[in-house]
Amino acid sequence: MLVAVLTYVGYGVLTLFGYLRDFMRQWKIEKCQNATEREEQKDFVPLYQDFENFYNRNLYMRIRDSWNRPICSVPGAKVDMMERVSHDYNWTFTYTGRVIKDIINMGSYNYLGFAQKTGACQEAAAKVLSQYGAGVCSTRQEMGNLDKHEELEKLVARFLGVESAMAYGMGFATNSMNIPALVGKGCLILSDELNHASLVLGARLSGATIRIFKHNNMQSLEKLLKDAIVHGQPRTRRPWKKILILVEGIYSMEGSIVRLPEVIALKKKYKSYLYLDEAHSIGALGPSGRGVVEYFGLNPEDVDVMMGTFTKSFGAAGGYIGGKKELIDYLRTYSHSAAYATSMSPPVVEQIITSVKCIMGEDGTTIGRARVQQLAENTRYFRRRLKEMGFIIYGNEDSPVVPLMLYMPAKIGAFGREMLKRNIGVVVVGFPATPIIESRARFCLSAAHTKEMLDTALKEINEVGDLLQLKYSRRRLVPLLDRPFDETTYEETED
Amino acid sequence: MAAGVGQQWVLVEMVQAFYEAPAYHLILEGILILWIIRLLFSKTYKLQERSDLTLKEKEELIEEWQPEPLVPPVPKDHPALNYNIVSGPPTHIITVNGKECINFASFNFLGLLNNENVKSAAQASLKKYGVGTCGPRGFYGTFDVHLELEERLAKFMRTEEAIIYSYGFATIASAIPAYSKRGDIVFVDEAACFAIQKGLQASRSNIKLFKHNDMADLERLLKEQETEDQKNPRKARVTRRFIVVEGLYMNTGDICPLPELIKLKYKYKVRIFLEESLSFGVLGEHGRGITEHFGINIDDIDLISANMENSLASIGGFCCGRSFIIDHQRLSGQGYCFSASLPPLLAAAAIEALNIMEDNPDIFQTLRAKCERIHKALQGISGLKVVGESFSPALHLQLEESCGSRENDVKLLKRVVDYCMNSGIALTQARYLEKEEKCLPPPSIRVVVTVEQTEQELDKAASLLKEAAQSVLN
Repeated sequence: MLVAVLTYVGYGVLTLFGYLRDFMRQWKIEKCQNATEREEQKDFVPLYQDFENFYNRNLYMRIRDSWNRPICSVPGAKVDMMERVSHDYNWTFTYTGRVIKDIINMGSYNYLGFAQKTGACQEAAAKVLSQYGAGVCSTRQEMGNLDKHEELEKLVARFLGVESAMAYGMGFATNSMNIPALVGKGCLILSDELNHASLVLGARLSGATIRIFKHNNMQSLEKLLKDAIVHGQPRTRRPWKKILILVEGIYSMEGSIVRLPEVIALKKKYKSYLYLDEAHSIGALGPSGRGVVEYFGLNPEDVDVMMGTFTKSFGAAGGYIGGKKELIDYLRTYSHSAAYATSMSPPVVEQIITSVKCIMGEDGTTIGRARVQQLAENTRYFRRRLKEMGFIIYGNEDSPVVPLMLYMPAKIGAFGREMLKRNIGVVVVGFPATPIIESRARFCLSAAHTKEMLDTALKEINEVGDLLQLKYSRRRLVPLLDRPFDETTYEETED
Repeated sequence: MAAGVGQQWVLVEMVQAFYEAPAYHLILEGILILWIIRLLFSKTYKLQERSDLTLKEKEELIEEWQPEPLVPPVPKDHPALNYNIVSGPPTHIITVNGKECINFASFNFLGLLNNENVKSAAQASLKKYGVGTCGPRGFYGTFDVHLELEERLAKFMRTEEAIIYSYGFATIASAIPAYSKRGDIVFVDEAACFAIQKGLQASRSNIKLFKHNDMADLERLLKEQETEDQKNPRKARVTRRFIVVEGLYMNTGDICPLPELIKLKYKYKVRIFLEESLSFGVLGEHGRGITEHFGINIDDIDLISANMENSLASIGGFCCGRSFIIDHQRLSGQGYCFSASLPPLLAAAAIEALNIMEDNPDIFQTLRAKCERIHKALQGISGLKVVGESFSPALHLQLEESCGSRENDVKLLKRVVDYCMNSGIALTQARYLEKEEKCLPPPSIRVVVTVEQTEQELDKAASLLKEAAQSVLN
C-alpha cells in the first residue's frame, strides 16, 4: 500500500516538474534541446501534438540511457557494450570509444544459447552465405522461393508435430499479415488483455470485431464465448462466421504461461479456433523444447494455428505458422507476406535449420537436449533464489522470463545504471509497455548462463536490492512446495 | 414605448390573477410543474435490449451454432499455390524448377546479390556477431553495424538521420501510422503498393485516393478540403495532412511528377511522404533516387522510405529525413520498437553495397541504358503492350486486349511465361492479392532489367517474348 502511494507521489512530482520545464522552455528561460520544424514549414499544421510528447520529453528523457544500449559483440551470455556518455542530461550521446567488456547479458532473448559466433550453426550459415548470397530480391510467389525455404518448412512441420508449416521473414509481420488473411468482417476475435502489439495490429487490420478477456482468466473467456454465440453480432444478431481466440505461450512482460488445457477444452466446447503465439515459449518450454503444447502434454493437432518466431530460441530471425495442410495451402495463396514481401535470407534459413536439427538431436549430438535441460535448471534456480531474497517476481515457476517488480519511476533508471556499474546488463521496462505503476526489470535466462554467472548476477541483484530497497515481498517462500501451472502472482498484502 | 407599457399591463394582470386564483388551481399547477421537472431530470427510458433467454435456450443455441471452416479450400491448380522452386542462388543465371535460365524476374538491379565483396563483408560480420540479434533495438539489439548503416544511409541521401527496419514491407507500413492518426487526412495515389495501403489502414485516417499521376485530380481534392476547412477552422488547425506517393510505382512502372507535388505542398500546406523502393539506387546521377533525378532539395520531402531489398540486395528497409521527423519513429514505429533488429550480417552486406554504389557511380547510367534498350525492343509485340517508363528497370507487359475474365488472362500469360522459361528466360507474373487490393492492376508479366544482363541477352529476351506472344496469343 505504501509502495503504491509512493509510486503515485513519484509520478506526480515528475509531472509537476515536467509542466514547469515545459513552461520555462516555452518562455525561452530554458534552452529547448528538441529538434524543431523547418523554417519554411512553420505555418503547417504541427506534426506532433504537444501533449503526446509530454511523457517523452519529461520522463523518458531522464532515463533514456537504460535503453538502446549499443553492443559490439555476439549477444551471448556475455556481451561487450560500447560506452556512451551524455553531457546534456541524455539529450545527446557521444561514444567515448571505449568498450565495456564481458557484461553478463540478462536482457537478450537467447534462451537456448544459439547466439554464437563459432560452432556448427555458424559454419553452416557461412557456407550457405558464400553459395547463395545475403539477399533474395523477390517475393515467395514470384521468384523468391528457394529450395532452402522448402527444406526449412518441412523441418519445422516435423519439429512441431503438425502437417505443414510456412516461414516468413519477420515475426511481427507474421502476425500482422496472416491474421487478416484468416478472419475478416463478421468474425469475432477474443484476445487476451496482455497480447503483444503484433497480435493487436493483426486483429485490427483484419476488420473483425475484437473483444478482450482478462489475462489468463478462463471464466472471463467462457463468458465472452457464451455471450457471443447466444447473442450473435452486435446489432444485426446474425450468427458469427467464426470465432478466433488469440493467446500467447509465454507473455513477455508477465512471464506467465497460458492455461492451455483449459483453453483447448473451452475451444472444443464452443467450436471456436485457437491461434497460439509461441514467440517466447518455442524451444524454451517442454522436455524436448517443442513449446508450450509439449509442456502440458497435449496434442499439437488441437491447436488450429501454431505460430512462433525464430528470433528467440533459434538465434535467427523470422516467424512461422504451422497447422493443417489446408490452412498452410490457404496461407501460401492468400497471405499478404507471400505475395508482397521478400522471402527469408538464405544464411538465416540455414541457421534455423541447423539449430532445429540440433534441438531435435538429429545432428548426432546431445547438445540440444542438454541445453533445454540447462535452461530449465537455470530457470528454477534463479527464480527460487530471487524469491528467497525477498523480491516480488511475477510469472509461472517454469518460464525463463523473470519480471522483478520495481514500481517507482526513479528506481527504473537507478536499477539499470547500478547493474551496469556492476557489469550486468538488465532490461528495465516502464510505461507504456506496462501499466504505469507496475514498472519492472525483466531478466531473460539462457542455457548459455553458467551457474557461476547466475551466482554473480544474484549477488549483485541482492546488493542493489538492498541499496534501492526493492525487497517488497512480505511472504516467506515455503521451499519444496510443488506448484503446477497456476499463475503465481505475489502482490502486496496487508499484514 | 407603447409596447413596454402594454407589457407592464400584462404583467400586472398576471400577478393579480395569481392572487385571485383558487387554492386547488395553484396546487394542481404546482404538481404539474414538479412532474415536468422530474421528467426532465430522470434517466431516459431504456428499451429492454436483451430478451431474457432461459438457460436451456442458451444451451440449444450453443449446440446449434456451426462456424465456417477456418479456411476455405483452395483449388489445387490455383496459380499462386504452386511456387517456382529455385535451386541455388537467385542470381543472373538462375535454376528454376530444374531448368537453367537467365534471370529477368528478381529485383537485383545492380547485380549485387552475387558480389564477392558484399559476401565477404557479410562473412566477416557473421564471424563476429553470429546470425541473429536476439532482441529489439531497445533491449540490447542495437549493434554498432546498425548505427553505422544508419549514418551511412543518412550521409548518402544527404539527410540528417536515417532509421532501419528489419523487413521491407514493415518499413512504410509502420512509418505512416506513426505520424498519421485517426482524424488526419491522407491523399494517396491509386496505384500505391500494398504496403502503403496496409500502413494507411493501420493508421485509421481519412484516405482520399486521387487518380494515378493526375495532379489536376489531386488539386481538386485539395481545394475541396480547403473549403471544408473554412467551415470548421478550429478542427482544421489540428488536422494533419499528408500526400503519399511512390518514386517509381511498382504497379505501373511510371514516375511521379515530383516538382508539381512540391508546388502543391507549399500551396496547400501538406506534407509529402515519398516511397522510393524501386527508385533508390536506380534514378539520379548517383543513385539517390527521384529527388536527385529532378534536382529537388531533399529537405522539401518530409520523409523518404525505401526498402533495401532491391538495389542493395539485402533485407530490410530504411526511412530518412530530418531528425525532427525520424526521431519520432524510434518510439512509435511499431515495426521498429516491437520487433527484433536486422541481423548484423545483412546490415554489413548493405554497408558494403552502399560502398560499391558510391565508388562506381557509372553503373546507374549503364542500367538506364539497358532499360531503354529493352523498352525499345519490346515495343511492337503483337498482343502485349509495355507499361512503364523507358528508364524504369521493372516493366510490366500487359495484354492488349483482355479475353474477358481475369482468370483467363492469367492463364494466357502463364502460357507465355512457361514458353519463355522452357527456352531459357526466367520471367514471372506480377502477383497480387485480388480481393485485398484497393485498385487491382490488370494481370501482367514482370520484366526486370539488371546491370548484369548483356546486350545479347536483352535482345534474346525480347525476341523470345515476341515468339511466345505469336505462338500463344494468335
